[in-house]
Amino acid sequence: MRVGRSRVAAAAPYLQVAPLAAVLGVFLVFPIALIAVVSFWDYTEYALIPDFTFRNYWELFSSVVTYKTYLSTLRFAAITWAVTLVVGFTVAYFLAFHVRTLKWQMTLFLVCTIPFWTSNIIRMISWIPFLGRNGILNSTLIAMGVIREPLEFLLFSEFSTVLAYVHLYALFMVVPIFNSMMRIDRSLIEAAVDCGASGWRVVREVVLPLSKPGIAIGSIFVVTLVMGDFVTVRLMSGGQSTSVGLMMANQLAYLQYPAAAANAIVLLAVVLLIVAAMMRIVDIRKEL
Amino acid sequence: MREERRPASFYALGTFFVLFVLFLYGPLSAIVLLSFQGPDGGLTFPMIGWSTHWFQALFEQQRVGDFKGSFLRSFKLGLIVMALTVVISFAAGLAFRKRFRGASFIFYLAVASLIVPSILVSLGVGLLFRILDIETTWWSSGLGAHLTWTLPFGLLIMFAVFNRFNKSYEEAARDLGATPWQTIRHVVLPIVAPSLVGVGLFGFTLSYDEFARSLLAVGTRNTLPLEIYGMTTNITSPALYALGTVTTAFSFLVVGGCLAATTIIQRRRARRMPAGPKP
Repeated sequence: MRVGRSRVAAAAPYLQVAPLAAVLGVFLVFPIALIAVVSFWDYTEYALIPDFTFRNYWELFSSVVTYKTYLSTLRFAAITWAVTLVVGFTVAYFLAFHVRTLKWQMTLFLVCTIPFWTSNIIRMISWIPFLGRNGILNSTLIAMGVIREPLEFLLFSEFSTVLAYVHLYALFMVVPIFNSMMRIDRSLIEAAVDCGASGWRVVREVVLPLSKPGIAIGSIFVVTLVMGDFVTVRLMSGGQSTSVGLMMANQLAYLQYPAAAANAIVLLAVVLLIVAAMMRIVDIRKEL
Repeated sequence: MREERRPASFYALGTFFVLFVLFLYGPLSAIVLLSFQGPDGGLTFPMIGWSTHWFQALFEQQRVGDFKGSFLRSFKLGLIVMALTVVISFAAGLAFRKRFRGASFIFYLAVASLIVPSILVSLGVGLLFRILDIETTWWSSGLGAHLTWTLPFGLLIMFAVFNRFNKSYEEAARDLGATPWQTIRHVVLPIVAPSLVGVGLFGFTLSYDEFARSLLAVGTRNTLPLEIYGMTTNITSPALYALGTVTTAFSFLVVGGCLAATTIIQRRRARRMPAGPKP
Protein backbone atom coordinates (compact mmCIF):
# COMPACT_ATOMS: atom_id res chain seq x y z
CA MET A 1 0.00 0.00 0.00
CA ARG A 2 2.71 2.46 0.99
CA VAL A 3 4.91 1.51 -1.91
CA GLY A 4 1.94 1.92 -4.26
CA ARG A 5 1.16 5.36 -2.99
CA SER A 6 4.70 6.67 -3.27
CA ARG A 7 4.86 5.34 -6.80
CA VAL A 8 1.68 7.22 -7.62
CA ALA A 9 3.18 10.34 -6.04
CA ALA A 10 6.30 9.99 -8.16
CA ALA A 11 4.25 9.60 -11.32
CA ALA A 12 1.88 12.46 -10.49
CA PRO A 13 3.86 15.37 -12.01
CA TYR A 14 4.34 13.43 -15.26
CA LEU A 15 0.61 12.76 -15.52
CA GLN A 16 -0.18 16.37 -14.66
CA VAL A 17 2.14 17.81 -17.27
CA ALA A 18 1.29 15.24 -19.95
CA PRO A 19 -1.65 17.11 -21.56
CA LEU A 20 0.44 20.27 -21.93
CA ALA A 21 3.36 18.34 -23.36
CA ALA A 22 1.03 16.51 -25.76
CA VAL A 23 -0.57 19.70 -27.09
CA LEU A 24 2.77 21.46 -27.55
CA GLY A 25 4.26 18.35 -29.12
CA VAL A 26 1.51 17.82 -31.68
CA PHE A 27 0.70 21.46 -32.48
CA LEU A 28 4.05 23.21 -32.03
CA VAL A 29 7.10 20.94 -32.22
CA PHE A 30 5.82 18.61 -34.88
CA PRO A 31 4.45 21.33 -37.19
CA ILE A 32 7.66 23.34 -36.96
CA ALA A 33 9.77 20.26 -37.65
CA LEU A 34 7.51 19.71 -40.64
CA ILE A 35 8.08 23.27 -41.85
CA ALA A 36 11.82 22.60 -41.64
CA VAL A 37 11.42 19.42 -43.71
CA VAL A 38 9.11 20.99 -46.29
CA SER A 39 11.50 23.92 -46.73
CA PHE A 40 13.75 21.47 -48.58
CA TRP A 41 10.95 20.17 -50.80
CA ASP A 42 10.34 21.09 -54.39
CA TYR A 43 7.03 22.30 -55.75
CA THR A 44 5.07 23.08 -58.88
CA GLU A 45 2.01 25.29 -59.28
CA TYR A 46 -0.27 22.55 -58.01
CA ALA A 47 1.79 19.99 -56.06
CA LEU A 48 4.37 19.55 -53.32
CA ILE A 49 7.21 17.23 -54.29
CA PRO A 50 9.17 15.56 -51.46
CA ASP A 51 12.82 16.18 -52.25
CA PHE A 52 16.03 17.49 -50.75
CA THR A 53 16.80 20.68 -52.59
CA PHE A 54 18.22 24.01 -51.53
CA ARG A 55 16.18 25.72 -54.24
CA ASN A 56 13.88 27.54 -51.80
CA TYR A 57 16.73 28.91 -49.71
CA TRP A 58 18.71 29.76 -52.81
CA GLU A 59 15.80 31.70 -54.29
CA LEU A 60 15.18 33.42 -50.98
CA PHE A 61 18.77 34.56 -50.45
CA SER A 62 19.44 35.52 -54.06
CA SER A 63 16.55 37.97 -54.21
CA VAL A 64 17.05 41.61 -53.30
CA VAL A 65 13.39 41.75 -52.23
CA THR A 66 14.14 39.38 -49.35
CA TYR A 67 16.78 41.65 -47.83
CA LYS A 68 14.61 44.72 -48.31
CA THR A 69 11.67 42.96 -46.67
CA TYR A 70 13.70 41.77 -43.69
CA LEU A 71 15.21 45.22 -43.25
CA SER A 72 11.79 46.87 -43.42
CA THR A 73 10.44 44.41 -40.83
CA LEU A 74 13.42 44.95 -38.53
CA ARG A 75 12.98 48.69 -38.89
CA PHE A 76 9.31 48.48 -37.90
CA ALA A 77 10.29 46.29 -34.95
CA ALA A 78 13.00 48.74 -33.83
CA ILE A 79 10.81 51.84 -34.09
CA THR A 80 7.86 50.18 -32.39
CA TRP A 81 10.15 48.83 -29.66
CA ALA A 82 11.63 52.26 -28.97
CA VAL A 83 8.24 54.01 -28.84
CA THR A 84 6.50 51.35 -26.74
CA LEU A 85 9.47 51.27 -24.37
CA VAL A 86 9.29 55.01 -23.67
CA VAL A 87 5.48 54.99 -23.43
CA GLY A 88 5.36 51.77 -21.41
CA PHE A 89 8.04 52.85 -18.95
CA THR A 90 6.43 56.24 -18.39
CA VAL A 91 2.94 54.83 -17.86
CA ALA A 92 4.19 52.06 -15.57
CA TYR A 93 6.30 54.53 -13.61
CA PHE A 94 3.33 56.82 -13.09
CA LEU A 95 1.16 53.92 -11.91
CA ALA A 96 3.78 52.38 -9.64
CA PHE A 97 5.28 55.46 -8.03
CA HIS A 98 2.87 58.36 -8.35
CA VAL A 99 -0.48 56.74 -7.72
CA ARG A 100 -0.63 56.37 -3.98
CA THR A 101 -3.19 53.74 -3.07
CA LEU A 102 -3.18 50.15 -4.25
CA LYS A 103 -6.87 50.40 -5.08
CA TRP A 104 -6.29 53.25 -7.52
CA GLN A 105 -3.19 51.59 -8.95
CA MET A 106 -5.19 48.49 -9.77
CA THR A 107 -8.16 50.45 -11.13
CA LEU A 108 -6.01 52.53 -13.47
CA PHE A 109 -4.02 49.45 -14.45
CA LEU A 110 -7.28 47.73 -15.37
CA VAL A 111 -8.33 50.75 -17.43
CA CYS A 112 -5.13 50.30 -19.45
CA THR A 113 -5.57 46.57 -19.94
CA ILE A 114 -9.22 46.41 -21.02
CA PRO A 115 -8.68 47.39 -24.70
CA PHE A 116 -6.25 44.48 -24.89
CA TRP A 117 -9.17 42.07 -24.61
CA THR A 118 -10.80 43.28 -27.81
CA SER A 119 -10.17 42.37 -31.42
CA ASN A 120 -6.89 43.63 -32.93
CA ILE A 121 -8.45 44.05 -36.34
CA ILE A 122 -11.26 46.20 -34.96
CA ARG A 123 -8.69 48.29 -33.11
CA MET A 124 -6.84 48.87 -36.37
CA ILE A 125 -10.01 49.78 -38.25
CA SER A 126 -10.87 52.25 -35.51
CA TRP A 127 -8.09 54.54 -36.77
CA ILE A 128 -9.82 55.06 -40.13
CA PRO A 129 -12.38 57.69 -39.03
CA PHE A 130 -9.63 59.38 -37.04
CA LEU A 131 -6.79 59.60 -39.54
CA GLY A 132 -8.55 59.42 -42.90
CA ARG A 133 -8.54 62.13 -45.56
CA ASN A 134 -11.79 63.54 -44.18
CA GLY A 135 -11.10 62.20 -40.72
CA ILE A 136 -11.34 63.88 -37.36
CA LEU A 137 -7.70 64.94 -37.21
CA ASN A 138 -7.59 66.48 -40.68
CA SER A 139 -10.91 68.32 -40.27
CA THR A 140 -9.82 69.66 -36.89
CA LEU A 141 -6.48 70.89 -38.22
CA ILE A 142 -8.18 72.52 -41.21
CA ALA A 143 -10.79 74.16 -38.99
CA MET A 144 -8.02 75.49 -36.77
CA GLY A 145 -6.26 76.87 -39.83
CA VAL A 146 -3.08 74.88 -39.25
CA ILE A 147 -3.20 73.24 -42.67
CA ARG A 148 -5.12 73.95 -45.88
CA GLU A 149 -5.07 70.57 -47.59
CA PRO A 150 -5.72 67.36 -45.69
CA LEU A 151 -2.54 65.51 -44.71
CA GLU A 152 -2.27 62.37 -46.84
CA PHE A 153 0.43 60.60 -44.87
CA LEU A 154 -1.75 60.00 -41.81
CA LEU A 155 -3.59 56.92 -42.97
CA PHE A 156 -2.34 53.98 -45.07
CA SER A 157 1.30 54.83 -44.61
CA GLU A 158 4.33 53.85 -42.54
CA PHE A 159 3.16 56.36 -39.98
CA SER A 160 -0.23 54.70 -39.47
CA THR A 161 1.42 51.27 -39.40
CA VAL A 162 3.72 52.25 -36.55
CA LEU A 163 0.86 54.01 -34.80
CA ALA A 164 -1.24 50.85 -34.99
CA TYR A 165 1.64 48.72 -33.68
CA VAL A 166 2.10 51.04 -30.71
CA HIS A 167 -1.64 51.07 -30.12
CA LEU A 168 -1.83 47.27 -30.19
CA TYR A 169 1.33 46.34 -28.34
CA ALA A 170 2.14 49.16 -25.85
CA LEU A 171 0.35 47.13 -23.22
CA PHE A 172 2.77 44.22 -23.57
CA MET A 173 5.40 46.68 -22.37
CA VAL A 174 3.32 48.33 -19.62
CA VAL A 175 2.34 45.09 -17.86
CA PRO A 176 5.78 43.49 -17.25
CA ILE A 177 7.45 46.82 -16.43
CA PHE A 178 4.67 47.66 -13.96
CA ASN A 179 5.09 44.21 -12.45
CA SER A 180 8.85 44.76 -12.00
CA MET A 181 8.37 48.24 -10.55
CA MET A 182 5.80 47.08 -8.02
CA ARG A 183 8.42 44.74 -6.56
CA ILE A 184 11.02 47.45 -6.03
CA ASP A 185 11.60 47.92 -2.32
CA ARG A 186 10.38 51.45 -1.55
CA SER A 187 13.07 51.92 1.09
CA LEU A 188 15.71 51.86 -1.66
CA ILE A 189 14.13 54.95 -3.14
CA GLU A 190 13.88 56.67 0.20
CA ALA A 191 17.53 55.84 0.79
CA ALA A 192 18.48 57.39 -2.54
CA VAL A 193 16.43 60.50 -1.78
CA ASP A 194 17.96 60.77 1.71
CA CYS A 195 21.39 60.58 0.14
CA GLY A 196 20.44 63.62 -1.92
CA ALA A 197 19.59 62.07 -5.28
CA SER A 198 17.31 64.15 -7.47
CA GLY A 199 14.05 62.65 -8.78
CA TRP A 200 15.55 62.13 -12.19
CA ARG A 201 18.62 60.46 -10.75
CA VAL A 202 16.47 58.07 -8.70
CA VAL A 203 14.69 57.03 -11.91
CA ARG A 204 17.94 56.55 -13.79
CA GLU A 205 20.02 54.84 -11.14
CA VAL A 206 17.50 52.97 -9.01
CA VAL A 207 14.22 52.42 -10.86
CA LEU A 208 15.61 51.79 -14.34
CA PRO A 209 18.13 49.07 -13.40
CA LEU A 210 15.60 47.31 -11.17
CA SER A 211 12.97 47.40 -13.95
CA LYS A 212 15.28 45.69 -16.43
CA PRO A 213 13.65 42.26 -16.21
CA GLY A 214 10.24 43.77 -17.00
CA ILE A 215 11.73 45.78 -19.85
CA ALA A 216 13.34 42.64 -21.26
CA ILE A 217 10.11 40.62 -21.12
CA GLY A 218 8.10 43.46 -22.67
CA SER A 219 10.72 43.90 -25.39
CA ILE A 220 10.63 40.19 -26.25
CA PHE A 221 6.85 40.37 -26.65
CA VAL A 222 6.81 43.54 -28.73
CA VAL A 223 9.68 42.58 -31.01
CA THR A 224 8.41 39.06 -31.72
CA LEU A 225 4.86 40.28 -32.32
CA VAL A 226 6.00 42.89 -34.82
CA MET A 227 8.49 40.54 -36.51
CA GLY A 228 5.78 37.98 -37.24
CA ASP A 229 3.01 40.40 -38.13
CA PHE A 230 1.37 40.72 -41.48
CA VAL A 231 -2.21 41.88 -40.84
CA THR A 232 -1.23 45.30 -39.49
CA VAL A 233 1.12 45.97 -42.39
CA ARG A 234 -1.49 44.86 -44.89
CA LEU A 235 -4.36 46.85 -43.40
CA MET A 236 -2.55 49.98 -42.26
CA SER A 237 0.25 50.59 -44.76
CA GLY A 238 -2.00 50.78 -47.82
CA GLY A 239 0.37 48.57 -49.77
CA GLN A 240 3.28 50.95 -49.26
CA SER A 241 5.22 48.76 -46.86
CA THR A 242 5.92 45.11 -46.59
CA SER A 243 6.93 42.62 -43.93
CA VAL A 244 8.26 39.10 -43.78
CA GLY A 245 4.88 37.82 -42.62
CA LEU A 246 3.17 39.50 -45.56
CA MET A 247 5.75 38.03 -47.94
CA MET A 248 4.97 34.57 -46.52
CA ALA A 249 1.22 35.18 -46.76
CA ASN A 250 1.65 36.06 -50.44
CA GLN A 251 3.71 32.93 -51.09
CA LEU A 252 0.98 30.90 -49.39
CA ALA A 253 -1.70 32.55 -51.50
CA TYR A 254 0.09 31.11 -54.55
CA LEU A 255 0.38 27.74 -52.76
CA GLN A 256 4.18 27.98 -52.74
CA TYR A 257 4.35 26.14 -49.42
CA PRO A 258 8.05 25.13 -49.61
CA ALA A 259 9.09 28.71 -50.40
CA ALA A 260 7.01 30.00 -47.49
CA ALA A 261 8.49 27.26 -45.29
CA ALA A 262 12.06 28.31 -46.08
CA ASN A 263 11.10 31.90 -45.36
CA ALA A 264 9.51 30.79 -42.08
CA ILE A 265 12.66 28.98 -40.97
CA VAL A 266 14.81 32.05 -41.68
CA LEU A 267 12.32 34.29 -39.85
CA LEU A 268 12.32 31.91 -36.88
CA ALA A 269 16.14 31.96 -36.80
CA VAL A 270 16.19 35.77 -36.82
CA VAL A 271 13.55 36.02 -34.07
CA LEU A 272 15.30 33.42 -31.90
CA LEU A 273 18.61 35.26 -32.26
CA ILE A 274 17.02 38.51 -31.09
CA VAL A 275 15.25 36.78 -28.21
CA ALA A 276 18.40 34.92 -27.15
CA ALA A 277 20.19 38.26 -26.96
CA MET A 278 17.42 39.67 -24.77
CA MET A 279 17.19 36.57 -22.57
CA ARG A 280 20.78 37.13 -21.50
CA ILE A 281 19.49 40.05 -19.49
CA VAL A 282 16.74 38.21 -17.66
CA ASP A 283 15.73 34.85 -16.19
CA ILE A 284 12.02 34.79 -17.00
CA ARG A 285 11.12 32.10 -14.52
CA LYS A 286 12.40 34.10 -11.57
CA GLU A 287 10.34 37.10 -12.53
CA LEU A 288 6.83 35.70 -12.22
CA MET B 1 5.99 59.35 -0.87
CA ARG B 2 5.29 60.88 2.52
CA GLU B 3 4.93 64.50 1.50
CA GLU B 4 1.43 65.89 1.26
CA ARG B 5 1.95 68.09 -1.77
CA ARG B 6 2.34 66.33 -5.07
CA PRO B 7 5.54 67.10 -6.99
CA ALA B 8 5.35 68.83 -10.37
CA SER B 9 6.39 65.58 -12.06
CA PHE B 10 3.09 64.05 -10.88
CA TYR B 11 1.13 66.45 -13.05
CA ALA B 12 3.37 65.94 -16.07
CA LEU B 13 3.19 62.17 -15.78
CA GLY B 14 -0.51 62.31 -14.98
CA THR B 15 -1.12 64.25 -18.19
CA PHE B 16 0.91 61.67 -20.11
CA PHE B 17 -1.17 58.90 -18.57
CA VAL B 18 -4.45 60.60 -19.49
CA LEU B 19 -3.22 61.05 -23.06
CA PHE B 20 -2.27 57.37 -23.17
CA VAL B 21 -5.76 56.36 -22.04
CA LEU B 22 -7.28 58.68 -24.67
CA PHE B 23 -4.98 57.10 -27.25
CA LEU B 24 -6.29 53.67 -26.22
CA TYR B 25 -9.98 54.51 -26.06
CA GLY B 26 -10.42 57.49 -28.42
CA PRO B 27 -10.46 55.67 -31.78
CA LEU B 28 -12.65 52.93 -30.33
CA SER B 29 -15.26 55.39 -29.14
CA ALA B 30 -15.24 57.06 -32.57
CA ILE B 31 -16.29 53.85 -34.29
CA VAL B 32 -18.94 53.17 -31.65
CA LEU B 33 -20.48 56.57 -32.44
CA LEU B 34 -20.13 56.10 -36.19
CA SER B 35 -21.81 52.71 -36.12
CA PHE B 36 -25.04 54.58 -35.29
CA GLN B 37 -24.80 56.56 -38.56
CA GLY B 38 -28.02 57.19 -40.43
CA PRO B 39 -28.66 55.09 -43.56
CA ASP B 40 -27.04 57.78 -45.73
CA GLY B 41 -24.01 58.23 -43.50
CA GLY B 42 -20.47 57.42 -44.52
CA LEU B 43 -17.27 56.09 -42.94
CA THR B 44 -16.31 59.42 -41.37
CA PHE B 45 -17.92 62.21 -39.40
CA PRO B 46 -20.21 64.15 -39.61
CA MET B 47 -23.08 61.97 -38.47
CA ILE B 48 -25.92 62.10 -41.00
CA GLY B 49 -28.76 61.26 -38.66
CA TRP B 50 -28.83 58.46 -36.10
CA SER B 51 -30.07 54.94 -36.67
CA THR B 52 -29.50 51.27 -36.00
CA HIS B 53 -29.64 50.66 -39.74
CA TRP B 54 -26.09 49.25 -39.90
CA PHE B 55 -26.68 46.85 -37.04
CA GLN B 56 -29.65 45.41 -38.91
CA ALA B 57 -27.52 45.09 -42.04
CA LEU B 58 -25.09 43.02 -39.99
CA PHE B 59 -27.58 40.26 -39.34
CA GLU B 60 -28.66 39.88 -42.95
CA GLN B 61 -26.25 37.24 -44.10
CA GLN B 62 -26.09 38.07 -47.78
CA ARG B 63 -25.18 41.70 -47.20
CA VAL B 64 -22.09 41.48 -45.06
CA GLY B 65 -20.88 37.91 -45.09
CA ASP B 66 -21.60 35.23 -42.54
CA PHE B 67 -21.48 37.24 -39.33
CA LYS B 68 -23.77 35.04 -37.28
CA GLY B 69 -22.20 31.74 -38.29
CA SER B 70 -18.64 32.90 -37.72
CA PHE B 71 -19.58 34.50 -34.40
CA LEU B 72 -21.13 31.25 -33.16
CA ARG B 73 -18.08 29.27 -34.28
CA SER B 74 -15.71 31.67 -32.52
CA PHE B 75 -17.88 31.61 -29.40
CA LYS B 76 -17.95 27.81 -29.23
CA LEU B 77 -14.24 27.55 -29.99
CA GLY B 78 -13.51 30.17 -27.32
CA LEU B 79 -15.44 28.19 -24.71
CA ILE B 80 -13.69 24.93 -25.57
CA VAL B 81 -10.27 26.64 -25.53
CA MET B 82 -11.18 28.28 -22.21
CA ALA B 83 -12.13 24.99 -20.53
CA LEU B 84 -9.06 23.15 -21.84
CA THR B 85 -6.73 26.02 -20.96
CA VAL B 86 -7.96 26.13 -17.36
CA VAL B 87 -7.71 22.37 -16.82
CA ILE B 88 -4.40 21.80 -18.62
CA SER B 89 -2.66 24.88 -17.16
CA PHE B 90 -3.81 24.08 -13.62
CA ALA B 91 -2.59 20.48 -13.93
CA ALA B 92 0.73 21.60 -15.41
CA GLY B 93 1.06 24.27 -12.72
CA LEU B 94 0.72 21.55 -10.07
CA ALA B 95 3.33 19.44 -11.84
CA PHE B 96 5.85 22.28 -11.88
CA ARG B 97 5.68 22.61 -8.10
CA LYS B 98 7.49 19.28 -7.87
CA ARG B 99 10.70 18.19 -9.48
CA PHE B 100 10.39 16.02 -12.54
CA ARG B 101 12.61 15.14 -15.43
CA GLY B 102 12.19 17.37 -18.45
CA ALA B 103 10.66 20.20 -16.44
CA SER B 104 12.87 22.92 -17.83
CA PHE B 105 12.55 21.52 -21.36
CA ILE B 106 8.77 21.78 -21.20
CA PHE B 107 8.97 25.21 -19.63
CA TYR B 108 11.14 26.49 -22.47
CA LEU B 109 8.83 24.80 -24.97
CA ALA B 110 5.93 26.80 -23.53
CA VAL B 111 7.97 30.01 -23.75
CA ALA B 112 8.94 29.12 -27.31
CA SER B 113 5.25 28.76 -28.10
CA LEU B 114 4.80 32.43 -27.22
CA ILE B 115 7.85 33.57 -29.14
CA VAL B 116 7.37 31.65 -32.39
CA PRO B 117 5.59 33.99 -34.82
CA SER B 118 1.92 32.99 -35.03
CA ILE B 119 1.98 32.61 -38.77
CA LEU B 120 4.53 29.78 -38.37
CA VAL B 121 2.17 27.84 -36.14
CA SER B 122 -0.60 28.43 -38.63
CA LEU B 123 1.55 27.31 -41.55
CA GLY B 124 2.90 24.27 -39.69
CA VAL B 125 -0.48 23.03 -38.52
CA GLY B 126 -1.94 23.66 -41.97
CA LEU B 127 0.91 21.70 -43.59
CA LEU B 128 0.61 18.86 -41.09
CA PHE B 129 -3.06 18.33 -41.83
CA ARG B 130 -2.53 18.77 -45.54
CA ILE B 131 0.21 16.16 -45.70
CA LEU B 132 -1.71 13.72 -43.50
CA ASP B 133 -4.67 14.44 -45.77
CA ILE B 134 -6.98 15.36 -42.91
CA GLU B 135 -9.40 18.21 -43.43
CA THR B 136 -8.61 21.28 -41.30
CA THR B 137 -11.56 22.39 -39.17
CA TRP B 138 -11.97 24.94 -36.41
CA TRP B 139 -12.60 22.27 -33.78
CA SER B 140 -9.54 20.13 -34.59
CA SER B 141 -6.55 21.91 -36.15
CA GLY B 142 -7.96 25.31 -35.21
CA LEU B 143 -8.38 24.27 -31.59
CA GLY B 144 -4.82 22.93 -31.42
CA ALA B 145 -3.34 26.07 -32.97
CA HIS B 146 -5.22 28.26 -30.48
CA LEU B 147 -4.07 26.16 -27.52
CA THR B 148 -0.42 26.76 -28.46
CA TRP B 149 -1.15 30.45 -27.80
CA THR B 150 -3.39 30.24 -24.70
CA LEU B 151 -1.62 27.47 -22.75
CA PRO B 152 1.69 29.32 -22.27
CA PHE B 153 -0.21 32.32 -20.89
CA GLY B 154 -2.17 29.99 -18.60
CA LEU B 155 1.03 28.29 -17.45
CA LEU B 156 2.80 31.59 -16.73
CA ILE B 157 -0.20 32.75 -14.67
CA MET B 158 -0.14 29.48 -12.73
CA PHE B 159 3.57 29.98 -12.05
CA ALA B 160 2.89 33.45 -10.72
CA VAL B 161 0.08 32.05 -8.55
CA PHE B 162 2.01 29.12 -7.11
CA ASN B 163 5.13 31.23 -6.48
CA ARG B 164 3.00 33.21 -4.01
CA PHE B 165 1.14 30.19 -2.65
CA ASN B 166 1.47 29.54 1.07
CA LYS B 167 2.34 25.87 1.45
CA SER B 168 1.36 25.70 5.11
CA TYR B 169 -2.31 25.36 4.13
CA GLU B 170 -1.53 22.14 2.33
CA GLU B 171 0.65 20.92 5.17
CA ALA B 172 -2.19 21.60 7.59
CA ALA B 173 -4.56 19.60 5.38
CA ARG B 174 -2.09 16.74 5.18
CA ASP B 175 -1.56 16.76 8.95
CA LEU B 176 -5.30 16.47 9.38
CA GLY B 177 -5.21 13.35 7.23
CA ALA B 178 -6.34 14.61 3.83
CA THR B 179 -5.35 12.56 0.78
CA PRO B 180 -3.44 14.38 -2.00
CA TRP B 181 -6.64 14.52 -4.04
CA GLN B 182 -8.64 15.94 -1.11
CA THR B 183 -5.91 18.52 -0.54
CA ILE B 184 -6.16 19.70 -4.11
CA ARG B 185 -9.96 19.60 -4.21
CA HIS B 186 -10.70 21.26 -0.87
CA VAL B 187 -7.62 23.40 -0.21
CA VAL B 188 -5.61 24.29 -3.30
CA LEU B 189 -8.47 24.67 -5.77
CA PRO B 190 -10.59 27.08 -3.70
CA ILE B 191 -7.54 29.24 -2.94
CA VAL B 192 -6.49 29.60 -6.58
CA ALA B 193 -10.06 29.80 -7.96
CA PRO B 194 -9.98 33.56 -8.70
CA SER B 195 -6.75 33.09 -10.68
CA LEU B 196 -8.33 30.26 -12.61
CA VAL B 197 -11.09 32.65 -13.64
CA GLY B 198 -8.29 34.86 -14.97
CA VAL B 199 -6.75 31.94 -16.86
CA GLY B 200 -10.16 31.20 -18.35
CA LEU B 201 -10.58 34.83 -19.39
CA PHE B 202 -7.21 34.72 -21.14
CA GLY B 203 -8.14 31.44 -22.81
CA PHE B 204 -11.46 32.70 -24.10
CA THR B 205 -10.49 36.16 -25.30
CA LEU B 206 -7.15 35.16 -26.84
CA SER B 207 -8.95 32.49 -28.83
CA TYR B 208 -11.95 34.69 -29.67
CA ASP B 209 -9.67 37.38 -31.14
CA GLU B 210 -6.98 35.17 -32.65
CA PHE B 211 -6.30 35.84 -36.29
CA ALA B 212 -2.86 34.69 -37.45
CA ARG B 213 -2.96 31.26 -35.82
CA SER B 214 -6.41 30.65 -37.28
CA LEU B 215 -5.52 31.64 -40.82
CA LEU B 216 -4.38 28.31 -42.24
CA ALA B 217 -5.69 26.14 -39.43
CA VAL B 218 -9.47 26.58 -39.23
CA GLY B 219 -10.36 25.30 -42.67
CA THR B 220 -13.08 26.60 -44.94
CA ARG B 221 -15.47 27.84 -42.27
CA ASN B 222 -14.18 31.14 -40.94
CA THR B 223 -13.98 32.16 -37.31
CA LEU B 224 -15.02 35.73 -36.52
CA PRO B 225 -11.63 37.50 -36.82
CA LEU B 226 -11.08 35.93 -40.25
CA GLU B 227 -14.58 36.99 -41.29
CA ILE B 228 -13.96 40.54 -40.03
CA TYR B 229 -10.68 40.62 -41.92
CA GLY B 230 -12.46 39.61 -45.10
CA MET B 231 -15.06 42.30 -44.49
CA THR B 232 -12.45 45.04 -44.14
CA THR B 233 -11.50 44.54 -47.76
CA ASN B 234 -14.99 44.46 -49.27
CA ILE B 235 -17.24 46.50 -47.00
CA THR B 236 -16.99 50.24 -47.18
CA SER B 237 -20.04 51.14 -45.13
CA PRO B 238 -20.57 51.82 -41.42
CA ALA B 239 -21.69 48.17 -41.14
CA LEU B 240 -18.00 47.53 -40.51
CA TYR B 241 -18.14 49.81 -37.46
CA ALA B 242 -21.38 48.18 -36.31
CA LEU B 243 -19.51 44.90 -36.39
CA GLY B 244 -16.69 46.47 -34.38
CA THR B 245 -19.15 47.81 -31.83
CA VAL B 246 -20.90 44.46 -31.43
CA THR B 247 -17.71 42.39 -30.99
CA THR B 248 -16.15 44.96 -28.68
CA ALA B 249 -19.30 45.13 -26.56
CA PHE B 250 -19.25 41.35 -26.37
CA SER B 251 -15.57 41.33 -25.28
CA PHE B 252 -16.30 43.93 -22.61
CA LEU B 253 -19.24 41.83 -21.41
CA VAL B 254 -16.98 38.80 -21.01
CA VAL B 255 -14.26 40.78 -19.20
CA GLY B 256 -16.86 42.41 -16.95
CA GLY B 257 -18.41 39.04 -16.16
CA CYS B 258 -15.05 37.57 -15.16
CA LEU B 259 -14.15 40.58 -13.01
CA ALA B 260 -17.52 40.33 -11.28
CA ALA B 261 -16.97 36.59 -10.72
CA THR B 262 -13.57 37.11 -9.07
CA THR B 263 -14.88 39.95 -6.92
CA ILE B 264 -17.80 37.81 -5.73
CA ILE B 265 -15.51 34.88 -4.91
CA GLN B 266 -13.18 37.12 -2.94
CA ARG B 267 -15.99 38.90 -1.07
CA ARG B 268 -17.61 35.64 -0.09
CA ARG B 269 -14.27 34.37 1.13
CA ALA B 270 -13.54 37.54 3.11
CA ARG B 271 -16.91 37.18 4.80
CA ARG B 272 -16.25 33.55 5.67
CA MET B 273 -12.97 34.22 7.46
CA PRO B 274 -13.15 37.73 8.80
CA ALA B 275 -10.07 37.77 11.03
CA GLY B 276 -7.74 35.16 9.54
CA PRO B 277 -4.81 35.95 7.27
CA LYS B 278 -5.58 35.99 3.56
CA PRO B 279 -4.05 33.21 1.53
